Amino acid sequence: MVAGQKKRDQPWLMRTYSGHSSAKASNTLYRTNLAKGQTGLSVAFDLPTQTGYDADNVLARGEVGKVGVPISHIEDMDQLFDQIPLDQMNTAMTINATAPWLLALYIGLAQRRGIDPKKLSGTTQNDIIKEYLSRGTYIYPPGPSMRLIADTINYTITHVPKWNPTNICSYHLQEAGATPVQELAYALCTAMAVLDRVKATGVITPDQFPQVVERISFFVNAGIRFVEECCKLRAFGEMWDEMTLNRYQVADPKLRRFRYGVQVNSLGLTEPQPENNVQRIVLEMLAVVLSKGARARAIQLPAWNEAMGLPRPWDQQWALRIQQVMAFETDLLEYADILDGSPVIAAKVSELIEGARTEIANVEAQGGIVAAIESGYIKRELVGSHMNRLRAIESGDLKIIGVNCFQETAESPLTLGSDGSIMKTNPAAEREQIERLQAHRKSRNDAEVRAALQGLADAAKSDENIMPSSIRCAMAGVTTGEWGDSLRAVFGEFRPPTGIDISIDSREVLGKKDQVTELRTRVANTGTALGRPLKLLVGKPGLDGHSNGAEQVAVKARDVGFEVVYDGIRLTPQQIAQAAQEEGVHMVGLSILSGSHMELVEAVLQEMRTRDLATVPVIAGGIIPQEDAEKLLSQGVHAIYTPKDFSLNTIMADMVDVIRECNGLERLGLLQ
Amino acid sequence: MNATGSNGLDCCSDGEMTQANLPDPEQLALRIQRGERAAVASGLNLLDNKLADARSRSARLLAALSGERWLNDGHLIGVTGPPGAGKSSLVCAMIREWRLSGRTVGVLAVDPSSRPELGGGALLGDRIRIKNSSHDEGLFIRSLANRNQLGGVASEVWPMSGLMLACFDIVVIETVGVGQTEIDIAEIADTVCYVAQPASGDAIQYLKSGIIEIPDVFAVNKSDLGAPARKTAAEIARSAPRQDRREDWDYPVCLVSASMNTGIKQLQDHIDRHRGFLVNAGLLGKQRTRHHKAWVMRLLKEEFGTFGLDLAGGLAAIGERLSENRSGQFAEYERMRQHILSRFKSDNSSSNITIKEHHHEQAVI
Ligand code: B12
Ligand SMILES: Nc1nc2c(ncn2[C@@H]2O[C@H](COP(=O)(O)OP(=O)(O)O)[C@@H](O)[C@H]2O)c(=O)[nH]1
Ligand SMILES: [Mg+2]
Repeated sequence: MVAGQKKRDQPWLMRTYSGHSSAKASNTLYRTNLAKGQTGLSVAFDLPTQTGYDADNVLARGEVGKVGVPISHIEDMDQLFDQIPLDQMNTAMTINATAPWLLALYIGLAQRRGIDPKKLSGTTQNDIIKEYLSRGTYIYPPGPSMRLIADTINYTITHVPKWNPTNICSYHLQEAGATPVQELAYALCTAMAVLDRVKATGVITPDQFPQVVERISFFVNAGIRFVEECCKLRAFGEMWDEMTLNRYQVADPKLRRFRYGVQVNSLGLTEPQPENNVQRIVLEMLAVVLSKGARARAIQLPAWNEAMGLPRPWDQQWALRIQQVMAFETDLLEYADILDGSPVIAAKVSELIEGARTEIANVEAQGGIVAAIESGYIKRELVGSHMNRLRAIESGDLKIIGVNCFQETAESPLTLGSDGSIMKTNPAAEREQIERLQAHRKSRNDAEVRAALQGLADAAKSDENIMPSSIRCAMAGVTTGEWGDSLRAVFGEFRPPTGIDISIDSREVLGKKDQVTELRTRVANTGTALGRPLKLLVGKPGLDGHSNGAEQVAVKARDVGFEVVYDGIRLTPQQIAQAAQEEGVHMVGLSILSGSHMELVEAVLQEMRTRDLATVPVIAGGIIPQEDAEKLLSQGVHAIYTPKDFSLNTIMADMVDVIRECNGLERLGLLQ
Repeated sequence: MNATGSNGLDCCSDGEMTQANLPDPEQLALRIQRGERAAVASGLNLLDNKLADARSRSARLLAALSGERWLNDGHLIGVTGPPGAGKSSLVCAMIREWRLSGRTVGVLAVDPSSRPELGGGALLGDRIRIKNSSHDEGLFIRSLANRNQLGGVASEVWPMSGLMLACFDIVVIETVGVGQTEIDIAEIADTVCYVAQPASGDAIQYLKSGIIEIPDVFAVNKSDLGAPARKTAAEIARSAPRQDRREDWDYPVCLVSASMNTGIKQLQDHIDRHRGFLVNAGLLGKQRTRHHKAWVMRLLKEEFGTFGLDLAGGLAAIGERLSENRSGQFAEYERMRQHILSRFKSDNSSSNITIKEHHHEQAVI
């Protein structure tokens, strides 16, 4: 029998989230990926670009070109899309606080190439809510940020009609610990906040509004509990349909369809026995393709080495091939929805909907999602959910193969490579980007730049749409940092609550109870021996937004009796050292997942030495390859922890011992 | 080096190295007075330290720092109110102004600890709300857990605020206002500012409870919320008992917004005006002396218990001795400590044990 005769559905868009080092290097990568059959682009920007800093800003040090491509001005954008026809490409950009700016650069580039912006298609992620809650690349306070989102929507609806101006994200919420119900509730609350904001601008006429609703797409997560996840997506579809009909009176059911893209869960991908991640990724993907009625429009998959570091081209190819096997070898696309009519599925969907409705009502009662972010409510809920997850892993209730059970393994040929089996970005990237940027600044017309920036500031101060003046800035050669700073001057900056102040009274003790009791005794006695309670500073230097580890370490440390200072993400080494001094801490614990640990840890150590704090032990955790860990230890870092150290109790015991050792007390050793 | 027993009681004997690390108090005092940040930090660490040797050095440090300045100079401001009212944000806004006018600021931010059976740990998260992102040598923030489980402000707060007074123009103590803390904060600060949350009954309820002297200045924050803030301000103005003890003080109520940065200057003017009022009425020094006395007795009691106080002649006698030496109370404090310690030793043949046991007792409160 010859398969393939049957009529098959179109597969989803297949993407690989990528970008690194420089526009030029990323362009090469994109063109190879396209040649391999990838059907859309998904651009990863570096952290300075995402947070509105130029490559030569002090805050950008160590981060340029690390986790994505640096785009400082229109020439970078041009290089990034060299030989890629913008009018035929579907480009997704993971960009948020600076989304209007990157979109302006893209539109500006199209105009320069003589392409009608109406032909551009793609997505800017442009969802600030989940930045405050999980992703961390926020800049401005909620009010102005929501306005920028509304501006891009209002602009694209007429000028770039095929663009998805915003992508409401629940993906990142699950990555910060959210349960399926929380994912549903908070994503839908975010969508409401965005639509209500757009409505309030009064720019969109009532008969245009359904088009706006139709342009709202979602970016969701799919975890390893794939049956429940599949139900979650059906629930999303039902709830969105109902909300757009009842709350926004969208009559046409086609405009009410829940359109979504996916990145499958990465939080559950492990450092030990990393080959197991492949089966996890496949199963997670099933959740979003299985049910035709709730199938994803676009998918990007992480790679098997997710918890080790950035993927190399071969790792990304493997991830892409997973999608291709699913789409082209299996018979999945030959059937109508195979879950329709299942009472088991229907019951689970109803249960999720009910839970989400209750939580939505709860948030609405608090004044909506923005208020619930400012008050810290939602962040606390997420930190609490993540804490429960880690507690379950620690106790063994939640089994993670190769991590807390079935740990024995033969040597893996996958991890033997001399490159550490991860992508190494070009170490010269930062310097080269800075040189390029400085040359660019010299080459442009200063008067034009000043006028364009003035126009931008004027627009920001009034309620004029931010896009036209941003596009003018793009054409004039304004830089990312200049755009970001102009709006900083008008809007100010914002730091959301950290959410770690969850009350532990109402929650069970973390992890293994007897271990916690023992730890509390050790912490208290060590404090007594040193004369005052143990005080810990948890610091997140650099632009890295991965807060999960720092939050959970902080919460756990408080639970075992530490006095914990944690000021949230994005602090400079200087701020951290100064806090260590002013607070008189016994230990500084750094958490770094962005790959900039070598630069940042060294800078913190240096700042501490200049403040006479050389005797205060520094430890670090995060995504730190073995080779780097050894170097850091030799530079004076007292301990390094990575994802394989899943037991927070064990980490805490070790931390107490490091403090003891540094103060001339005996180590107390492993917990029972 | 002695091994540490698992109960950690051997602190005094295994502290060879720890003790070697303890700073010389008199030298430290000089460096603090010069405003050296590292010295301020290590002075605060010392005042926090409950090892017997550290307590002695603390008392010496305080004695070296005390003097006329402690009676007349600087401004100790207590900022209190319910959680979430915006105390930290408001302190941040005020710091911006103070710094612009060239005044240096020390802040003690006090956060609650969890109950001892829950480990006694604490999250100290106010720094970032209080601090502007830019680096500033004229600002120093120390957060502190409120370790006293019976309510009230941890006993370290008072000596620490005194240390800060020795090197900063303004010292702010931020505490969450709940019952006993307010009583305590009124026994530290020259001026108490209560920050009220609009549309919550807290402030009114608090005024009506009448258990304590009312705060000197009220700030109704979040005036950007409009009507609810104005309403709360009006209610407070009505309820504040004007016939209270200080007839010449008017208990102002200000509407402010920390986020919009409005009303901050006026609030600061009232706070300054309150200090002026105390000075003119000859109350500043008197009030501080009264505060010193209360806290010295509290520290002695915490360290030695009522038995120890008796050894020093009892509360009344102690009070008298402290009153006699207004600017040198800490020298007096250290003399009394030494006296009690020597009495412990002569009264009790196994003196070390008594002190250690005693020490342990207070450490686990
Ligand atoms: C969850 C996650 C996210 C979440 C973060 C949510 C949040 N608020 O934390 C979201 C989805 C937002 C996210 C976003 C991004 N991510 Co991400 N993310 C992850 C992921 C999957 C898990 C990290 C995690 O939270 N683990 C759970 C916590 C509890 O573990 P942990 O932090 O490792 O902490 C443990 C130990 O390391 C240790 N520890 C850690 N810190 C400390 C500190 C102290 C003091 C101590 C004692 C111990 C300790 O103890 C913990 C207990 O086991 C990792 C890959 C992976 N599986 O590890 C990628 C990963 C870290 N992300 C990565 C990237 C590139 C990004 C982005 C920068 C992509 C982009 N270009 O935009 C963005 C932007 C984020 C930003 N603003 O910086 C890369 C980093 C690459 C590198 N280092 O070279 C990784 C490795 C994935 C990959 N292979 O590409 N991410
Ligand atoms: N609307 C508004 N919110 C404020 C104002 N001041 C503080 N807040 C918010 O109130 C919350 C609590 O502020 P914080 O200063 O931490 O309060 P504290 O607990 O009293 O120290 C934060 O979310 C602040 O952003 C204000 O003037 N107006
Ligand atoms: Mg506060």
